[in-house]
Amino acid sequence: MEVVKRQKFKPKEHYNSPGYKLLPFKYLHIDSTNELIVGASGDYVIAPIGSVEAIVKRRPISNEKLMRDLHAKHIIIDEYESGGLDVIANRIRTKKDHLLQLSSLHIFVLTLRCNHTCHYCQVSRVTQDKQSFDLKKTDLDHAIELMLKSPSKFITMEFQGGEPLLAFDLLKYAVETTLSLNTDKRINFVICTNGTIYNEEIIKFCLKYDILISTSLDGPEFLHDSNRKLRKGSSYHDVIAGIQYFRNALGKDRISALMTASSLSLKYPQEIINAYLENGFHNIFLRPISPYGFALKSPKKNYYETQQFLEFYEKAFEYILQINLKGTFFREDFASVILKKILTPFQSNYVDLQSPAGAINSVLVYNYDGYVYASDESRMLAEQNDYSFRLGHVSDGYKKLLTSDEALSVFKNSLNEALNGCSDCAVSDFCGADPVFHHAIQGDAYGHRPTSGFCEKNMSIIKYLIRKLEESTSVRNIFYEWISAK
Amino acid sequence: MINLSSRGKVENLEGQLVGKLRPSKGIKYGFELVNSLYDPTNEDRVVALVSQERLNSQLPNIFNLSNYKILAEGDVVYINDQGVLDILYRRQSKHNTLFITDQCNSYCLMCSQPPKNKDDFDFHYFRNKCLIPLMDEETEVIGITGGEPFLLGDRMIEILEDLKSQLPQTTIHLLTNGKVFAWNDWAEKMEQFKENLILAVPLYSDNFVDHDYIVQSNGAFRQTMLGLHNLAKYQIHIELRVVLQRPTIKRIEELSLFITKNLPFVESVAFMGLEFTGLAIANKDKLWIEPSEYASALKKSVFLLDRFGIRVNIFNMPLCVLEPELRDFATKSISDWKRSYLDKCEHCSAKSDCGGVFGTSRQLTNEISPL
Repeated sequence: MEVVKRQKFKPKEHYNSPGYKLLPFKYLHIDSTNELIVGASGDYVIAPIGSVEAIVKRRPISNEKLMRDLHAKHIIIDEYESGGLDVIANRIRTKKDHLLQLSSLHIFVLTLRCNHTCHYCQVSRVTQDKQSFDLKKTDLDHAIELMLKSPSKFITMEFQGGEPLLAFDLLKYAVETTLSLNTDKRINFVICTNGTIYNEEIIKFCLKYDILISTSLDGPEFLHDSNRKLRKGSSYHDVIAGIQYFRNALGKDRISALMTASSLSLKYPQEIINAYLENGFHNIFLRPISPYGFALKSPKKNYYETQQFLEFYEKAFEYILQINLKGTFFREDFASVILKKILTPFQSNYVDLQSPAGAINSVLVYNYDGYVYASDESRMLAEQNDYSFRLGHVSDGYKKLLTSDEALSVFKNSLNEALNGCSDCAVSDFCGADPVFHHAIQGDAYGHRPTSGFCEKNMSIIKYLIRKLEESTSVRNIFYEWISAK
Repeated sequence: MINLSSRGKVENLEGQLVGKLRPSKGIKYGFELVNSLYDPTNEDRVVALVSQERLNSQLPNIFNLSNYKILAEGDVVYINDQGVLDILYRRQSKHNTLFITDQCNSYCLMCSQPPKNKDDFDFHYFRNKCLIPLMDEETEVIGITGGEPFLLGDRMIEILEDLKSQLPQTTIHLLTNGKVFAWNDWAEKMEQFKENLILAVPLYSDNFVDHDYIVQSNGAFRQTMLGLHNLAKYQIHIELRVVLQRPTIKRIEELSLFITKNLPFVESVAFMGLEFTGLAIANKDKLWIEPSEYASALKKSVFLLDRFGIRVNIFNMPLCVLEPELRDFATKSISDWKRSYLDKCEHCSAKSDCGGVFGTSRQLTNEISPL
């Protein structure tokens, strides 16, 4: 390093380099007058249409703000300096850092038995037949062994069904066996329950092992009960009582709720949000119905439904923003997943919007039938006799399962950086890949983006959120609050 | 303001001495200076006397000093045969620093301490080597500053090693432009000190043009950015420093956003009011800006970083020129010996919470008014 000699001050122009090189970037028209230009780092610039053409042709950038923005967002780089590439490399490394934590979510489908008959459910059975619809203990032992072989140091063990609390003895066994075998991992437990089954024994157990409860709430009573059917009585009444019971016993933050939007739900965005607010929730996940089985038979109808869902989503979202602008914190979780990708250098750990896809890379499912599946949706397909994503039996061993043909077909189609229609999409950084969805809907895990509901939904919401971000500081501040809240 | 350097009269001294002040039983208005540079083995040897008036002594004696009244037991001073007395360490102060060099590899438009070309490495190195063992072990924080301290090269590592072994409880707060860490081996060398070390690195802009212009050095932005990323690899604590001045204020929000995206690992960001002295005086027309002109941009920037989870401090700004919501972020950052208040501050209800203004600044904002 050289010591600087006393010198005359030089003007700003002296430090500018008029020429520039291009860094990798992608772009799309975000509205009728502007381009969204996204760099390899995931940072973006919004500039008048024509800006991309100008920089590709290396025209001098006379707009000083735009020139500085393009540099700061790593879209162009000055001619002489290459040190900036190290920073971008670190940005990309940071975004993919979660891959070092391979399969951190482990879903255990303890039973398909359920006390509900929800019309959108693909899997559950109302039956007393424990033999054929409960996970066998020997299979459970194998599954736990597999889970503990995951390279991830932080693991979530999630119990699903059916209704896993109908197999409470098995659940207890699973938690206690896991803890007795675990040597080096931090394990969080989650029970996904319909919220209508609870007693003191369950509560004591949840308290002892610090277990989180995730339940389902579809909206106000008429809507919830229309979607989620109990054999007798109102599911809404039972689940609201259950939520209260769990909250009192475990603490308010130990129970969360998920909603699924049926066709009927689409008519009631505000009512659904009000139901969440009234029941003391500060967040909601606006989630479309999983389009398996029913939707497979009529892709056109599904396409139409994506549009309908988007209309519902925007209406609900605008309403949520109003609530926040009036001073009440209320977060939409799907938006938060995307906003975290847009506003921070980090990834979200939400498994359905990742590249490589969350299937296998972030999640493994141990089904009641003793088989390991690539994702929750993969085991739903199996209920329709489609075993494309069945990796093998729990007794097969970690290596065999993760190198099976089924696993390879997931991996092959799971990088949106390498998928047609995604690789050149400006917002792919904020999106993900979903080979299981495309297999189910389009019959091809690779997928065809122009007709994909996954693509349509995500692109539309991502573009909408970016427009919202740019619209006002107060909305931007709300978004920052969402992604910084726990 | 306290003057840490003064010139008096001296007798019986050849060369220079560094020592710690100790009250003397025999002399009413004077201290004994113990622990000489030239005799580190004999700890209690009195090597000189520091006094208000001339003493009749065989020992070296320095007297007639303008800053005599602020001297106190436990302070460490440097004296030489020209009658110079520099206070190197004040036991009662929280703002002690090791000064490494006046030389720098940047030439910042607003530098309060203009770099000099003179080779002063040896002079300051020996003062610091003598000083470190004389400081109290309870010293909470020691600053290290320059110039650019790392121009000292390997001897800078030696100083950090001395601090680590002799003051293991002390936090080291080191001001550097971070360019040296573009060479990864230098970042790696910091790892051994990381528990007690905070590197305070200025970043003036989110783009190379503005940053390089401020520091008057081509390639500085890329070097500092690469340096910061290298330091992050070794989990070195980093405080980013952003000076509030006209040429870069326009993109202060963009800079904050840039930090959340590209430097999320920094521990804190300090927004700093200008110390209006040194080179800043010559560049007044380019740099000067009133706090009210950037109040709104500063507020947005602070809240953005705060929401993102990065600690934010505002340095060198009296509370009255800050928007009320920002006052909690203000820190009493101006060193006690440089801090001063205006006459009208006497009537201010917030004076005891306020960090005041730079006594060294040649110009102050007109916007100061008692709260």
